Amino acid sequence: MSEWATGSVIITHNVGLHARPSVKLTKLAKGFGAVIEIAGSSDGPWIDAKSIVKVMAMKAKQDSTLHVRATGADAAAAVTALTGLVERDFDEGGHVA
Amino acid sequence: MKAGMSLELQGIGASDGLFLGPVRSLHAVTKRRIPSSDSVAEREALTAAIAAAIAELSDLMTQVDGDAADILAFQVAMLEDDSLSAPALASIETGEPADIAWTAALHPEIEGYEASDDDYFRARAADLKDLRDRVLRHLVGEAETSRSDGMVLVGDDLAPTIFLETDWSRGGAIALSGGSTTSHVAMLARARGIPMVVGLGDAIVGSTGMLAIDGATGRVIVDPHPDECSNFRIRHAADVERRRAENHHLLDPARRGSGERIEILINVAAVEELDHIDVRSCDGIGLMRSEFLFRDGAPLPDEEQQYKAYRRFVEWADGRPVTIRTLDIGGDKPVSGLTPVGERNPFLGLRGVRLTLSRPDVFRTQLRALARTAAHGPLKIMIPMVTIPAELDQTAELLDACVAELAQEGIAAIRPPLGIMVEVPAVAIAPDFFSKADFFSIGSNDLTQYVTATSRDDANVAPLNDAGHPAVTRLIASVAGYGRAQGIPVSLCGDMASDPQFLEGLLDAGLSSLSVAPARLGRIKAALRTL
Repeated sequence: MSEWATGSVIITHNVGLHARPSVKLTKLAKGFGAVIEIAGSSDGPWIDAKSIVKVMAMKAKQDSTLHVRATGADAAAAVTALTGLVERDFDEGGHVA
Repeated sequence: MKAGMSLELQGIGASDGLFLGPVRSLHAVTKRRIPSSDSVAEREALTAAIAAAIAELSDLMTQVDGDAADILAFQVAMLEDDSLSAPALASIETGEPADIAWTAALHPEIEGYEASDDDYFRARAADLKDLRDRVLRHLVGEAETSRSDGMVLVGDDLAPTIFLETDWSRGGAIALSGGSTTSHVAMLARARGIPMVVGLGDAIVGSTGMLAIDGATGRVIVDPHPDECSNFRIRHAADVERRRAENHHLLDPARRGSGERIEILINVAAVEELDHIDVRSCDGIGLMRSEFLFRDGAPLPDEEQQYKAYRRFVEWADGRPVTIRTLDIGGDKPVSGLTPVGERNPFLGLRGVRLTLSRPDVFRTQLRALARTAAHGPLKIMIPMVTIPAELDQTAELLDACVAELAQEGIAAIRPPLGIMVEVPAVAIAPDFFSKADFFSIGSNDLTQYVTATSRDDANVAPLNDAGHPAVTRLIASVAGYGRAQGIPVSLCGDMASDPQFLEGLLDAGLSSLSVAPARLGRIKAALRTL
């Protein structure tokens, strides 16, 4: 198996990884050639970050940690981009505390 | 059905107007596809049906924004994801017909959402069913026959997507066994003037003939017999003619027969309602119900989302005043995660400002968004369910703190005037304790409910729930008189302002500012000219 680039980030969005953030996350993931997977725990199960069906099915909640890993030519950039999006609260501005 | 048999049902009117037309059932697709016994053809049929559904949804997305657009974007993304159709395509390879394979593949996905302990994720099951049925309709060839113009849509509830893609140009109506008068669809129906009745119960389900709908009274006649039909048509024609006459002077300033100018503003909730209203027909927005942004099962809107939404009302009003009521939930308007569960008597419980003061995190977010919006036009903030002066004082402190914070952060904001709803009898009896309020707005629906001790939605006591009761009228006159003496503006934003029979009494009580349902602007302004 090839090398994985990894990262993790806490989901601060007020309902977790719901529809609008999931659409943004999968769209961003699809822009990379790398295989990108996410998980709610560092031991998996890992799921395809480009599939909204699977990302939504995780039902990741607010304050949970999202683990990201990627393999392929642009793997490092992909992990940075995805964790960055979650860190910026999906670019949705301030949220209800 | 035997000839001459008709059935009369009583529901709750959600959008005014009369309509007579054939039923179009919104029930789940029951038609079966005639399978081709060729897995390649079945596979192509499913792929084509998904593509057609994506095209339809993408087309709808160009007509909406906000929450509705987010939901459509989510449905499109789901349909574009191969992992949604993969199990169906695999079953097709083993000889399953496409429609059965598709339904079976979606089943565990839908169940997964339904089993969630989180309201937000659970609510997504409805989106999945909506997209499942959209694809199915294409598969079974129902899409072409799903014309609904000039028909009455009948079902348990109605997805906003269905409302938006219906051609209403030839009229139409909505009759639901469940549903709610505060749903997104009810707002859309009121905005478009489509008659709608909710809460009809199971009796409406399965009706297939004609329906006569009265959206004002909530009355529905199933399979009306010929003389009922002709009576209804006469009423409908008279209604159309009356509306035409009332709306003839819609854009003229509101004046009494004597020429005295009276302010007539409108009550709104969804920004979509504004699309069909000419701003020149009113003197501004007297009540914007902000709880519309806080829908049950949806995520709480953050400051930015609220600011963007409120700003659109102020921009639409184009310099006219806009009064936004802070979150008025509780009572009959639950929002999970915010409103208390299991209250014995929610109308006397933690609702309105009582609730928002108990959740300063939520309240501050809203007040910050409102102060930012005030920088764009004449905005006023109104707090509901005030009972004691301390509630006004605490809200004022919170608002001042938010304005100071925004100034420190370098974000443009203005401290808007802060007024109160007069709907709890304690305030209506002793308005002089609230002299610090910048304005009063009488909420006659709740005031009537509390003064007459009758529920707003109980048919058994409906005759007692009368806004015309002298006790209610006297309280209104007393509040108006106090306001005039102290120079505090007083208006009224309950349903009685939209009802011409009360107009003279309200003017006699000393009111010169009323906020009405947009669909009643013409009628109230016409009635005003005769007084």
